[in-house]
Amino acid sequence: MSETLNTPRVEAARIAVNAGLVLFFGLYAVIVLIQPNYLEPGLFMNFLRRAAPLVILASGQIYVILTGGFDLSVGAVVTFTVTAAALLINGDPGATWSVIALLYLMGAAIGLFNGLVVAYLKVPSIIATLGTMLWLNGLALAWSGGAARGDLPENFRDLGRFQWRDVPLIGTLPMAALVLVVVCALLWWGLHGMGYGKRALAVGDNPRAAELAGIPVARTRITAFVISSLAAVTAGILLGGFSGVSVNAGSGLELQSIAACVIGGAMLLGGRGTIWCAIWGALSLFALFTLLNLMGLPQALRDSIQGLILILAVGLTAWRTRRRS
Amino acid sequence: MQKKAMLATTVALFALAGAAGAQEFNDPAEFARQRAQLSMTPQGPEGQPWAQHLGDSMVDTAKWKKDGPATICFSNAGIFNPWRVVGMHNFQAEAEAQGDRIKELIVVDAEGKDEKQIADIEALVAGGKCDVLIVSPNTTAALTPAVEAAATKLPVVVFDRGVNTTAPVTYIHPVGGYGFGISSGEFIAANLEKGANVLALRIVPGVDVLETRYSAAKNIFDEAGLNVVGSEFTGSDRAKTKSVVEDYLNRGIQIDAIWMDAGDTATAALEAFEDAGLPYPVISGEDQQDFLRKWRDENLTAIAPSYPTYQWRTPIIAALDILDGKPVPGPEWVLPQPAITAETRDGYIDEKLPPLHYSLCGCQDLPGYPARWGGSD
Repeated sequence: MSETLNTPRVEAARIAVNAGLVLFFGLYAVIVLIQPNYLEPGLFMNFLRRAAPLVILASGQIYVILTGGFDLSVGAVVTFTVTAAALLINGDPGATWSVIALLYLMGAAIGLFNGLVVAYLKVPSIIATLGTMLWLNGLALAWSGGAARGDLPENFRDLGRFQWRDVPLIGTLPMAALVLVVVCALLWWGLHGMGYGKRALAVGDNPRAAELAGIPVARTRITAFVISSLAAVTAGILLGGFSGVSVNAGSGLELQSIAACVIGGAMLLGGRGTIWCAIWGALSLFALFTLLNLMGLPQALRDSIQGLILILAVGLTAWRTRRRS
Repeated sequence: MQKKAMLATTVALFALAGAAGAQEFNDPAEFARQRAQLSMTPQGPEGQPWAQHLGDSMVDTAKWKKDGPATICFSNAGIFNPWRVVGMHNFQAEAEAQGDRIKELIVVDAEGKDEKQIADIEALVAGGKCDVLIVSPNTTAALTPAVEAAATKLPVVVFDRGVNTTAPVTYIHPVGGYGFGISSGEFIAANLEKGANVLALRIVPGVDVLETRYSAAKNIFDEAGLNVVGSEFTGSDRAKTKSVVEDYLNRGIQIDAIWMDAGDTATAALEAFEDAGLPYPVISGEDQQDFLRKWRDENLTAIAPSYPTYQWRTPIIAALDILDGKPVPGPEWVLPQPAITAETRDGYIDEKLPPLHYSLCGCQDLPGYPARWGGSD
């Protein structure tokens, strides 16, 4: 890939990232206007704790989006993770770590399955992962019998729930915020620290050209799905930790994670975006959720406003990008 | 087509006339009736609330008498929530417990769709195998014609949600939504000072059995001078519930009590207080195991009203009684609807059962307990 080809694309992504970041600070400023104590570090940390699962999901999703696909199965992976963790650990703290390892193995297998179906069977990713979402939800339902069963012990819950209190400067430090930083750093490195990000962009932009240029298209795609699934397992662990066993833990998260990436400035069907699109986009989306909660609007109005703001944000990003390029 | 148009009109009217809709869920006469029923002494076998009934009205079933083992058909609205999962286990276990009296049990699941349930009922009736039909309607108005038509051919027993006709032999249900709201509302009102703050957590808007719970509790709160600081919908999602409560606490609002229209996320609501380092509020949950255990372990001020799942045992009993030609309570068979209190709580806790198991299943004596309900032996 030549420099001249690459530069405008990076440039466009940078502008869009700024949009996501500006949106986040804008929304958070409105939150602070309504509820000044959200300026306290403790409450910001709590905000991060609750936003962590969505941010991690989006940061995994962006891998797939960059390669020109969707991963609609991440919500189901989250649900499956929470259900499986509760059933396999069943309240025994000694089993926590081995089960977590097993969950990641399952996540990798699911991602591998998605990737293989997309890369070799040439099934469009939206269909392939929709299929996975359905069979995985069905599997979780069959396994649990439709109601939450089993139990999550303290040491598992702590990952999403525990907070260190009386920490200098920031007051409280949730473990989930630490997990968030570590996972995002890893995912940033995976995308931008190695050549992978460039390969992913090339595949998303024009798979045929990428293949002719000698990029291993199939491997790039499969890797993206595996990473997205692993991120979903992490989000599931945090979500299960935050609020406990639930049979609908992941419902709706697949669309939220995709929306987050797009709000942050990533282009659907690939070819443009960075990890920051996912991070700032997810934080913006979560700030929007929080803001609508704080405003105390009726639920129906809240959903409508949320939908309209999503369309507006994405439209704005698209318009800005078009204008600049 | 006409039915569809009617349905569309109904939906449109509902959407437009939100206020009128709310009226429907706040019926003072029904409120008073259910309040009286809560304190009635039930008739029927002691210790078996699923076979008991409130009031004296009975219906004659001699014309449906039929000898020999029965084929019972059941058109179920669906198994879309944990309550119905537990209920369905009760239903099947009760059928199993009846042994030789039942030749065959045919169950069709409408997966939460009115059209499918209407077709299911028509197919069951046309099939000619059923001696008796049990229906748990998906929605009241849409299923009424199908149930009415079926009731001309064979005895029909309706339970849980009703239909707008007295054509079925009997309609089995516990006291009802107002009763649920009355038990929980009165407990909270009795444990708070005037002017205290209550946060109402609800699952979804617009469902009759849930709206009546809220309207009853809200009436009681208003009467007692309590301040309902919010009424939030959580969609039964634990993470959402915990976040909503956290948001209230973060706004610096003092919450003295949590009222819930269903208890499956009660422990998540309590965790928000734990994580914020605040004392627990007075709380009304439901009869789920996890809530009862938390209540015991943390010594909460709490109550667990119920919409008992043991009502899923009753239709089988009613069906067999009808085929025996025995009179059954009707046209409404109202089951007792107890609330679990601090005194009765520990008797309902069974550590072997999963966290969201409904403790008022009345299933302890049924075959396969506790494994059938997801318990460990």
